[in-house]
Amino acid sequence: MDALKLVQMANQIATFFESDPDPAAVHDGIAGHIRRFWDPRMRRALLQHIDEQAGEGCRPAVLAAIAANRENLTPAR
Amino acid sequence: MYSVKEPDAGTPERKSSEQVTLEIDGRAVTVPAGTSVMRAAADAGVRVPKLCATESLEAFGSCRLCLVQIEGRRGYPASCTTIVEPGMKVKTQSDPLAKLRRGVMEMYISDHPLDCLTCPTNGNCELQEQAGVVGLREVRYGFDGANHFKQAEKDTSNPYFDFDPAKCIACSRCVRACEEVQGTFALTLQGRGFESKIASGNTDFKSSECVSCGACVQACPTATLVEKSIVERGQPDHSVVTTCAYCGVGCSFRAEVKGSEVVRMVPNKDGHANHGHSCVKGRFAWGYATHKDRITKPMIRRSIHDPWREVSWDEAIAYAASEFKRIQAEHGRGAVGGITSSRCTNEETYLVQKLVRAAFGNNNVDTCARVCHSPTGYGLKTTLGESAGTQNFDSVEHADVIVVIGANPTDAHPVFASQMKRRLRAGARLIVIDPRGIDLVRSAHVEAAHHLQLRPGTNVAVINALAHVVVTEGLYAESFVRTRCEQPAFDKWKAFISDPRHAPEVTEEITGVPAAELRAAARLYATGGNAAIYYGLGVTEHSQGSTMVMGIANLAMVTGNIGRPGVGVNPLRGQNNVQGSCDMGSFPHELPGYRHVSDPAVRALFGAAWGVDIDSEPGLRIPNMFDAAIGGSFKGLYVQGEDIAQSDPNTQHVFAALESLECLVVQDLFINETAKFAHVFLPGSSFLEKDGTFTNAERRISRVRKVTPPLAGKADWETTLALAEALGYPMQYTHPSQIMDEIARLTPTFTGVSYARLDELGSIQWPCNDRAPGGTPVMHIDEFVRGKGKFVITEYVATQERVNRKFPLILTTGRILSQYNVGAQTRRTANNTWHDEDRLELHPHDAEQRGIKDGEWCKIVSRAGETVLRATISERMQPGVVYTTFHFPGSGANVITTENSDWATNCPEYKVTAVQVSPTTEPASKWQRRFGEFSEQQDALLPPQSDPR
Ligand code: SF4
Ligand code: SF4
Ligand code: SF4
Ligand code: FES
Repeated sequence: MDALKLVQMANQIATFFESDPDPAAVHDGIAGHIRRFWDPRMRRALLQHIDEQAGEGCRPAVLAAIAANRENLTPAR
Repeated sequence: MYSVKEPDAGTPERKSSEQVTLEIDGRAVTVPAGTSVMRAAADAGVRVPKLCATESLEAFGSCRLCLVQIEGRRGYPASCTTIVEPGMKVKTQSDPLAKLRRGVMEMYISDHPLDCLTCPTNGNCELQEQAGVVGLREVRYGFDGANHFKQAEKDTSNPYFDFDPAKCIACSRCVRACEEVQGTFALTLQGRGFESKIASGNTDFKSSECVSCGACVQACPTATLVEKSIVERGQPDHSVVTTCAYCGVGCSFRAEVKGSEVVRMVPNKDGHANHGHSCVKGRFAWGYATHKDRITKPMIRRSIHDPWREVSWDEAIAYAASEFKRIQAEHGRGAVGGITSSRCTNEETYLVQKLVRAAFGNNNVDTCARVCHSPTGYGLKTTLGESAGTQNFDSVEHADVIVVIGANPTDAHPVFASQMKRRLRAGARLIVIDPRGIDLVRSAHVEAAHHLQLRPGTNVAVINALAHVVVTEGLYAESFVRTRCEQPAFDKWKAFISDPRHAPEVTEEITGVPAAELRAAARLYATGGNAAIYYGLGVTEHSQGSTMVMGIANLAMVTGNIGRPGVGVNPLRGQNNVQGSCDMGSFPHELPGYRHVSDPAVRALFGAAWGVDIDSEPGLRIPNMFDAAIGGSFKGLYVQGEDIAQSDPNTQHVFAALESLECLVVQDLFINETAKFAHVFLPGSSFLEKDGTFTNAERRISRVRKVTPPLAGKADWETTLALAEALGYPMQYTHPSQIMDEIARLTPTFTGVSYARLDELGSIQWPCNDRAPGGTPVMHIDEFVRGKGKFVITEYVATQERVNRKFPLILTTGRILSQYNVGAQTRRTANNTWHDEDRLELHPHDAEQRGIKDGEWCKIVSRAGETVLRATISERMQPGVVYTTFHFPGSGANVITTENSDWATNCPEYKVTAVQVSPTTEPASKWQRRFGEFSEQQDALLPPQSDPR
């Protein structure tokens, strides 16, 4: 999967949830959306990009949301 | 089962709580107040002769054939225009009446060419029939005097019907049908008395305002307006009630058949979505079903550069299954998937997703709603709790304010548009929110109170500004919000929306909508009575599509415009079964009935019924499939009735993805653009060739009935069954009704649906279950499906697709009346008469600046690609915005559109592409030339075809 595209998608999701004044809700929103709608290979590719490229291009809220929900977002297989 | 001729009570049904009892020819009859004597007589089983009256139109009282006698009244009143009164005693037969009627008939016939024996309506003609009914035996005036029929010239300019003025009796049924039913006002009755004649303006039908809906043809009592198909093939011998396979209105039709050949499609007057009306597509554009391009033999090939080989069904299915199994063995379970079609039936769609989930063992299933209404699903589910529109179409008759956002109903949902226009003519006010001056903004007897002509991509800023005005001016429905909505979410939203950054005076800069106009529109929506919102793809196909849908729901909730007739949030669905294909579990994260795959209880339910373990992980959506294909992890795809190669954005990317698949199975009527990349072609069946159901935009489930046998020997559902069996997952159904029974067993909103119930009720709007045994026309009445309505914060975020010096214009896309979507069907009909190429529409100012002339070639370049189209210069556009349709593959409209998409659903942002336009002398771009060559090569790889007829 094209990591840059995934980063862009994640950033777009973040932009929506960031308008919530409560930071916990922002992180839950982002991670929850990715968990509910992204196929495992997409999540895996995003996590890998974050690990290997130090999250380059990701909005801070994406990084925070993923850090806080890493386990839930990691596909079982 | 269905007789071709239908009873006609003469005047429209009246609804009233007051009942009136009268006597007709000695029989007592009770009817609602306001009913005509003619209709009351029909109710009593008495047929009064008539010519100018028909029940789809208001009575006119011109022919004087329907005279009756009423005790205590002088003279002979016309029964069609006389309203019943309590205790009235009516006589419909007597010697003086018979004499009068014969006299009237004699007048008509003396000016009529009596060539009944060679006339196309012979045997199905009201004039002929009524002459018999009144017992006309002689015509004393002779045919030599002044008459019309000798000099009258036929108008055959319309591709589907002829106008033969010689046979016209000037009853004006056609004129009234065009006004009352269609709302187009294309016809007039010119002159008076003997001189009167029908005219389509000062020109022929084809060049007139006529939109070829067929309402006048349907209303004509003689052969004056008659379908060419009837002229050519003669009268039908039986008819079958079925549902149109074009748009989301879902009109009910009677397919009239001679032997096994369809000779005419007539709108069904008992149809709950269309009440006897239709548009040019459903009424006339069905010839594609037997077009010579239909592929009727299965074919396979190893590579897309090999010639196709015609094989047996068994061999084609076995090959497809072995390839899918091989790919899964080599690349993993998730390397294959399927795409269901919004043009196929609910049952077929259900089977494809079941095949993916049970036989492929993953959730890689998606549908074309991805590229149209997926944001509706997300947005309405989040706010209201159900992924569907809230009303039935008839609800519009109770609306006082109608808001149309990013939709063009007169072109894309014509029959509903006619109903809406009728309501607007009766006094409802209209607000249009659209970058273009669509027809509704100003057309015959309809004018929008406000047209908010926003810049493409600024929907959310506009909807927020509307809500801002409602809240800050204190126009909101406080008690509705308090009792029906989640309070904390509302409080949060209220603080958000009240912020001055959403004030129309501030957003004007972004949206281009004058603040005063916007304020006035907001006030009208909030205080004008019942206010209903109708929206289309101009709302969803944006990077903030889902946000906008939620913004619409917020606005409806805050004004209390939800939960009763006349209000609501109504997505106008593009294709016939978009609603149904979504309901049936076509999304990669949801099982049928919109239940998430991560829910163990739902998985257990389906798992037990299907005898498999269902994957708990969401699958790939269509654009993700393309990316995964290019990335190498996705290799096999089963596509039923969808043309992703033409309809999806950034064509070059889509082509690259399709080229990288190892096994692409396409099931379709034609070699569409996608099939040019396929390895297995399975011939599809048209809607006339199978049983099933479609669900329209108002959640209405209607039967599709088999009219002729499948041309290729298998209905689409049978093909999916065969493929599933070859994959090692046999499914036991012998008729689509059994598939519906399974859907009903497993889906709480469908438990009351069955073919027997559908036959009984005609159609059913889901939810249909113990709580709503007859279905649900209006949703969220006492409470929202999710309990309390949820306000969602909808911050406006500008799209990343920005205009700049290089790409200074915004391109937006849409469709027109005569063509449908990718055009695979309508391009193969005479609808091309009206639209035979896609053009670029642009404002005179933009054209002049660039030296572009009307009708000449221009080059359109975006960040994704370039294409060449002819220009149409039009004041309907605002400067800075250009527009095109995408009905013809060679136009390459999607070569220009980008992969930007909705943040929540990946629905492509078709409505905003930054482009530059310049004049050119070359009629094709590089891509178009390559595409032309590729298409030619692919055509050459096809075996010679025989005409399927
Ligand atoms: S229109 Fe009717 S009455 Fe006239 S010629 Fe035809 S069938 Fe006969
Ligand atoms: S076909 Fe429809 S639009 Fe055309 S004249 Fe007849 S009623 Fe009017
Ligand atoms: S295309 Fe739509 S409006 Fe036209 S007949 Fe079919 S369902 Fe009705
Ligand atoms: S039917 Fe009543 S006047 Fe023509």
